[in-house]
Amino acid sequence: MIALSDYLLLGGLLFAIAVAGIFLNRKNVIVLLMCIELMLLAVNMNFIAFSHFRDDAAGQIFVFFILTVAAAEAAIGLAILVVLFRNRRTINVDDLDMLKG
Amino acid sequence: MGFEKFLFYVFGAITVVAAGMVVTRRNPVHAVLYLVLAFVSSAALWLLLEAEFLGIVLVLVYVGAVMVLFLFVVMMLDVEVASLSAQFIRHLPLGLIIAGVMVVNLVLILGPSNFGLQRFAKPIGRAADYSNTAVLGMDLYTKYLYQFEIAAVILLVAIVAAIRLTLRHRPETKYQDPSKQVRVRKGPDRIRVIAMPPERTPRPVLIASTEKEEAAE
Repeated sequence: MIALSDYLLLGGLLFAIAVAGIFLNRKNVIVLLMCIELMLLAVNMNFIAFSHFRDDAAGQIFVFFILTVAAAEAAIGLAILVVLFRNRRTINVDDLDMLKG
Repeated sequence: MGFEKFLFYVFGAITVVAAGMVVTRRNPVHAVLYLVLAFVSSAALWLLLEAEFLGIVLVLVYVGAVMVLFLFVVMMLDVEVASLSAQFIRHLPLGLIIAGVMVVNLVLILGPSNFGLQRFAKPIGRAADYSNTAVLGMDLYTKYLYQFEIAAVILLVAIVAAIRLTLRHRPETKYQDPSKQVRVRKGPDRIRVIAMPPERTPRPVLIASTEKEEAAE
């Protein structure tokens, strides 16, 4: 029998891999966006596991909304990325210092 | 060890390995493809958790639309990979340390002692006519209707923002302006009478050649 902890550990492992990926690829904006997608996947996995084991459909509804927001975020993020590349010819995070913040 | 547990371990291993590949591949196209693999295998895991609707939505909508959008942008941008991954090795120890600490924390908290089968028993199986999609739809259109409409507005905002961000007018491109087209009046805007000199009569050489052809026939 698969316990709830198995799914939670799998989600945690995915989340840790995504955090490590953000540290490893901190120069490439595309890979950073992909790591955020992986984090959302890990969170969704936990939501669905709890929804199954608590027998409550609210967790699946929440995952539905997370997927919606993640799709919107990916679309806007990629649009910003395209505009950025068009203006600066680079997507290196270190080169994006126009605001001098 | 039942067949379900075997499936869980197979798909879990595929998901974790694909996620590791996503963060370590130098080529962004390969990374996106491994991300697709991670999504598909976790959709299989969601099917194991009896979340059929979301598992299928993950493959259809997420892999089919969002990941393809990623792939499209990655292939369009033509990024030189070498300069971006120069500092890859430098940040490797820090990333591994933080990920390792996080995994240890999560194992301590989420381990079988707190979330095992003793605390959360396996739920009894559903009846054969249970429809996950129908249950989600009933909840979504009654209890969560307001949130559902907010999600629709968020998607609309995303559409408008993405189009507005990437829209640009190139001066060399010719395009029609429909408002000007509609505004044209029937009289002088459409037709203009020009004074021209009358055309000359046809040349005699042409007439001679046609007469010769007619005689040959």
